Amino acid sequence: MLRDIDLEIAPGEVVALLGASGCGKSTLLRMVGGLDLATSGSVRVDGRDVTGIDPRCAVVFQEPRLLPWRTLAGNVALGLPRDLPRNRRDAESRQWLAEVELRGFADYRPRQVSGGMAQRTALARALARRPGVLLLDEPFAALDALTRLRMQDLVEDVQRRSGTTVILVTHDVDEALKLADRVVLLGGAPTGVSVVLDVPGDRPRDHHQPELAELRSELLAGLGVPRRTPLERETHAR
Amino acid sequence: MTLLDTTGSAEESERPIRKPPVKRRWRPLAAGLILPVVVLVGWQAAASSGLYSSAQLPPPLSVLDALGELAGDGSLWQHLAISVQRVLIGFAAGAGLGFLLGAVVGLSATVRAVVAPSIAALRAVPSLAWVPLLVLWLGIGEGPKITLVAIGSFFPVYTTISAALAHADAHLVEVGRAYGLRGGELLGRIMLPSVAPAIFSGLRLGLAQGWLFLVAAELIASSMGLGFLLTDSQNTGRTDILLLAILLLAALGKLCDVILGLVEKRVLRTHK
Repeated sequence: MLRDIDLEIAPGEVVALLGASGCGKSTLLRMVGGLDLATSGSVRVDGRDVTGIDPRCAVVFQEPRLLPWRTLAGNVALGLPRDLPRNRRDAESRQWLAEVELRGFADYRPRQVSGGMAQRTALARALARRPGVLLLDEPFAALDALTRLRMQDLVEDVQRRSGTTVILVTHDVDEALKLADRVVLLGGAPTGVSVVLDVPGDRPRDHHQPELAELRSELLAGLGVPRRTPLERETHAR
Repeated sequence: MTLLDTTGSAEESERPIRKPPVKRRWRPLAAGLILPVVVLVGWQAAASSGLYSSAQLPPPLSVLDALGELAGDGSLWQHLAISVQRVLIGFAAGAGLGFLLGAVVGLSATVRAVVAPSIAALRAVPSLAWVPLLVLWLGIGEGPKITLVAIGSFFPVYTTISAALAHADAHLVEVGRAYGLRGGELLGRIMLPSVAPAIFSGLRLGLAQGWLFLVAAELIASSMGLGFLLTDSQNTGRTDILLLAILLLAALGKLCDVILGLVEKRVLRTHK
């Protein structure tokens, strides 16, 4: 499904993998985390091959995938190191929940909280692993527009504070332009890298910035939905 | 209960879930008693109508007398104790084995392909068909009776657990794997909890079937127990004791199910 993918990602970088549905971008992400293995080629994290589920990576899936029989704190504890003594697990879990602005909800069950809160818990669970690489598999796709914006800000904030490398799979061009240092557009059949774009400007970024408009239309064209930039529209009007 | 996704008011504490008022909690129980009371009244009416002889249908009160009689000479407790003992031991063995084999078959497609068809065929054998063989192999002591109960308990537990584990939530299992759980840990922390409701329904079915098979065992070759009480009272023409034995079986089966139901409620309270 995927071929000729050659990407190098610097530590601390935020890279968005952008592509149409079903192009294999999630598969690529799962290979980095060791959930799927490539039939040929290799994935290296920090110079070492990924051969299976990798303790240096943490995944946030599109769905929160919380264990319904555990509290939010109990779910976050799943991400904590296995050798952490029992009495510190709870305190640490609560700390990570606070990190995603869920202080006070530690004893709630997943069914008692909203989708956005559940997804934030999933993020806290991933952060509790203190990952070198945070893998986000369309984590905001199922959220409503407002919650999505808030989650994007949160991820941006968390990334800046922890300095972790982030690979974000998304099909949302604006989301990619807002969060990523580089956007990798996947396409073709079998899927390969069609374009790699550096996103100008420091984060946090407003994706309505005029210099992003051109990138935006280029990416949308790459995805098969061409849009005129405001500048072009003006020229045509004349 | 879905809370608004407000990050500001994070200090709100969990509201305790209020129990329904006492009156409402008793209502289902009262509703469940309507039918037994109607049956009891109808029974009394039929018995005193003169249509049936007291050997065919003794009135409810003489069944109560029989209860007093058997309780008085102590034989009631012996019958009850031995039956309960057979069910508990047989159920523990059968359910335990069903759990283990169900887990292996549920987790491994290879084992399932090899073993599952044969077990399904064995399951089709009627309970009474085992009795001659068990008597031949294990004699007429406790062995064959407990084994028959174990056979009865085994199948429901095995079937529900193997099916539940084979269809355990793949998303949750993947989360477990992604967060470093493997083998026994993955089974204990993710898979078994996620199928806990199915496990309990399997156990309850297994216990009920254990009682069914117990009676089959005791009808054939025994000198004690509720099944023996059934055949013995039939042979001696004591219809009152016969009815008593049936009522006791109903009551005990229900009691076992209620106890297991309470355990289930307690264990699964976090699943709500």
